[in-house]
Amino acid sequence: MNKTVKDAASAIQGIKDNMTIMLGGFGLCGIPENCIAELVKAGVKGLTCISNNAGVDEFGLGLLLQQKQIKKMISSYVGENDEFERQMLSGELEVDLIPQGSLASRCQAGGAGVPAFYTPAGFGTEVAHGKEVRYFNGKPHILESALTADFAIVKAWKGDPYGNLIYKGTARNFNPLMAMAGKITIAEVEQLVEPGELDPNFVHTPGIFIQRIFQGDKFEKRIEQRTVRSST
Amino acid sequence: MLDKKGIAKRIAQELQDGWYVNLGIGIPTLIANYIPDGMNVEFQSENGILGMGPFPFEGEEDADYINAGKQTVTIKPGGSIFDSATSFAMIRGQHIQLTVLGAMEVAENGDIANWKIPGRMVKGMGGAMDLVASADNIIVAMMHTNKRGASKLLKRCSLPLTGVACVKKVVTNMAVLDIEGGAFILRERAPGVSVEDIQNATDGKLIIEGDVPEMSI
Repeated sequence: MNKTVKDAASAIQGIKDNMTIMLGGFGLCGIPENCIAELVKAGVKGLTCISNNAGVDEFGLGLLLQQKQIKKMISSYVGENDEFERQMLSGELEVDLIPQGSLASRCQAGGAGVPAFYTPAGFGTEVAHGKEVRYFNGKPHILESALTADFAIVKAWKGDPYGNLIYKGTARNFNPLMAMAGKITIAEVEQLVEPGELDPNFVHTPGIFIQRIFQGDKFEKRIEQRTVRSST
Repeated sequence: MLDKKGIAKRIAQELQDGWYVNLGIGIPTLIANYIPDGMNVEFQSENGILGMGPFPFEGEEDADYINAGKQTVTIKPGGSIFDSATSFAMIRGQHIQLTVLGAMEVAENGDIANWKIPGRMVKGMGGAMDLVASADNIIVAMMHTNKRGASKLLKRCSLPLTGVACVKKVVTNMAVLDIEGGAFILRERAPGVSVEDIQNATDGKLIIEGDVPEMSI
């Protein structure tokens, strides 16, 4: 089986205006930066983006926001982005903020064929508005629905032509969950290796969830908050 | 009166050997600097780390290793990495023994608000709603009053809630308070702070029982 495509431009074929796309990453860590750059070039508009964060002004999803390509964001935390805040407060951008754990589970549920689940997160807050409440073991929970997307775009460290993926460090985050929830899932990897090179025992995302895979041209891997300790 | 480091030092006294602890952004992050000698505590970062270590040495920072505040970090020997669903399984499943987070407001019934100021500041709740809805043991670390001098310990929160009746303990620059039976119970005073100072800075119901000791830091 060979799911390899040539490059980011080929990988994003079929992403059209007004589609819903999921993008892996936490902050700028583990984001599919090659595909984001290509989406900016392609100029698709009216996108609903499901992603934990919205990038920063000059990088990540911030690049799509600058070009006004995003109609709606579904995220848990959107600080560190002035243009985002401006578009949201002015009403240009629709924003659905949901608890981070619920976001993770909603993507996982979408990929796993579970239509909805109960969680305690958000009970008694505005997140719970309009949602069914049910008590389990005397504690209130709200019903959250699964999320799926026309396309999911994930970033991994290593992958093979079968679509098997291994992530590195905290660049894993939402990527394995979103990989499961795309009707078409694109994986951009730092290293595309030969079949058999990845030890099956250490594969994080089995290839069945991936439809297209390519090795990214370059990864800038920008650091949002560079913090170090002195060596003395 | 304590500074932010002092608040972190006082909360560090609540740690117990063998605990897994989630620290929020801001003052809570500082607690990692004051773990009592000889105590083993593992820090969880909700973006997918158990066994979070100190910041890397200059030149050793790696974009693929960050904490929930997006700062570059290291992983201690014995640490592990996982996806976001697994991370929140640890949190909702109550596998974490202590959660410390900041707040804009806390109410006398344990309600907390820390994610949104309507029309002005909307950054999102991140993992805070999952954390406060599930954790058994939640400590809020914050200043007693806001920048305008108004109390952050209220009868009712005025800002959109993060969680309902979930906070059990608050450590501020002025005091340590438990929340029980719909009131703040004053347990300790910060050095140089009088009971009257704390009364004046607390809008919610405050219960003072006997002599209130000064914190030992």
